[in-house]
Amino acid sequence: MVEHRPWTNIIAYAILTFGVFIVAFPVYLALIASTHDAATVVGGNMPLTPGGHALDNYYRAIFVGGSRAIREPVGRMLLNSFISAIGIALGKIFISILSAYAVVYFRFPFRKTAFWIIFITLMLPVEVRIYPTYKVIADLKMLDTYAGLILPLIASATGTLLFRQFFMTIPEELLEASRIDGAGPFRFFWDTLLPLSVTTIAALFVIQFIYGWNQYLWPLLITTQDSMQTIVTGIKKMLYTTDELAEWQLAMATAILAMLPPVAVVVIMQRLFVRGLVETEK
Amino acid sequence: MEKSVVFNNKLLPYLLLIPQLIITFVFFYWPASQAVKQSFLREDAFGLNSEFVGLENYQSLFADPGYYKSMLVTVIFSSLVAALSLSIALLFATQADKNLKAAGAYKTLMIWPYAVAPAVAGVLWIFMFHPTLGTLARPLRWMSFDWNPLLNGSHAMALVVMAAVWKQISYNFLFFLAGLQSIPKSVLEAGAIDGAGPMRRFWTITFPLLSPTTFFLLVVNVVYVFFDTFGIIDAVTGGGPAGATTTMVYKVFADGRLGGDLGGSAAQSVVLMVIVIALTAVQFRYVERRVQY
Repeated sequence: MVEHRPWTNIIAYAILTFGVFIVAFPVYLALIASTHDAATVVGGNMPLTPGGHALDNYYRAIFVGGSRAIREPVGRMLLNSFISAIGIALGKIFISILSAYAVVYFRFPFRKTAFWIIFITLMLPVEVRIYPTYKVIADLKMLDTYAGLILPLIASATGTLLFRQFFMTIPEELLEASRIDGAGPFRFFWDTLLPLSVTTIAALFVIQFIYGWNQYLWPLLITTQDSMQTIVTGIKKMLYTTDELAEWQLAMATAILAMLPPVAVVVIMQRLFVRGLVETEK
Repeated sequence: MEKSVVFNNKLLPYLLLIPQLIITFVFFYWPASQAVKQSFLREDAFGLNSEFVGLENYQSLFADPGYYKSMLVTVIFSSLVAALSLSIALLFATQADKNLKAAGAYKTLMIWPYAVAPAVAGVLWIFMFHPTLGTLARPLRWMSFDWNPLLNGSHAMALVVMAAVWKQISYNFLFFLAGLQSIPKSVLEAGAIDGAGPMRRFWTITFPLLSPTTFFLLVVNVVYVFFDTFGIIDAVTGGGPAGATTTMVYKVFADGRLGGDLGGSAAQSVVLMVIVIALTAVQFRYVERRVQY
């Protein structure tokens, strides 16, 4: 502390509390809305305290679906979201740790070329090439499949760069020692490199799980069956129904369910999350 | 830095690279090249035949007032979101940097919106400000302010900006806080000894030393506004009313939807690719410079 002025701390607490309030209020409101019945929410005079329909709303959202529209219950969407988020995270880790290993620990013709081929993918997110990618998926008969939801999103360079950077910091003596002990490339990878990379892998997993869970445009395009949609894409369909009133209380219950897993990951694994976020941006 | 000790297998490194290269070629290079190719073609209504039309798609794109409108929307949207989310996050980060007892708890409470999906954030904000049932739209009505983001273009823009800023504060906060904590305290103490007050110290010492972080965040935020806000816009306004919130990325989606104008959509994709590559190049030049600090 440079100097001690009690009032600066009071101001700091006031500003931060106000900040937390702004950040939390939209979610609080959604939480409240998910505990009232449809009439209270739509009436426009919803109280700011919880109502008594929480169990009913969440039960209907998860297991039954909407009452008027024929709609897939959220339980199925949650499962789809989990499968694709975990698939994207693990897929990215798998392909990128192998390619980083090849680029760092081997010398071979076209090594730099291979690295650049991967590196350039950093620049173009899936949003700018959606329709051609859609066509590839359609040609490969992967519409409405988990493979279609997962594979195009693991084609990115972030993981490879992260592992490459981490491998560079590992002392060369470790490789020398392993080779003297007679370890080949598989043995070195499995017994030395992988155990050292556990934290990096976990940090990347946290970031990619959130990335995969929160995907919107891609699942929206390639899922035509309701049984394959993810929870993030499902919410909007509850709001913009064509011929009847939207059931906002169910939509808000769904929104709460949709943000619970990734938010829990951030809060519980905060240290890994911060590390992953900072390292993938380097 | 290169490793001097390596394995000398000939085949193995290629095998290790194959999974990533296959994925990259099938889902990245192939579609990207198709987008470039498609931008020079015109398909008939049934998608059966396509003919080479040269630069026609680009010409009609740059003759379309709607495209310039989407550019303008993108510029307004990204500058508002970047300016607001950066300054609000910097305010919170400077307070959280103040050696408070509860600083850790505040940090946790500030960063979790990062994990909320953009589309979900959009749903939360349209619920709050929905013209008929929104809790915060009510006070606006009492003040006899005719709030309606579903019909009024500027209201719609204000709403998507707020949702996008809300979502981005956590990210900027985290990086600003890290940047602030890496500024040596001795420099600030020296300033204090010379008689500079907290505001003076902030603007003459902290803020200039923070400029690499600020610049980095500026680029990241612009990229964020370009691509990650798609879900927010789609959930809140669907690009409307009357294209008031249709950004360039949203237009790529909207124009090509249901097999519409695929050539025009592809031409837009190519223009976007060029913009993103330029932005990324700026970012990397800056990263290289930062290494020399």
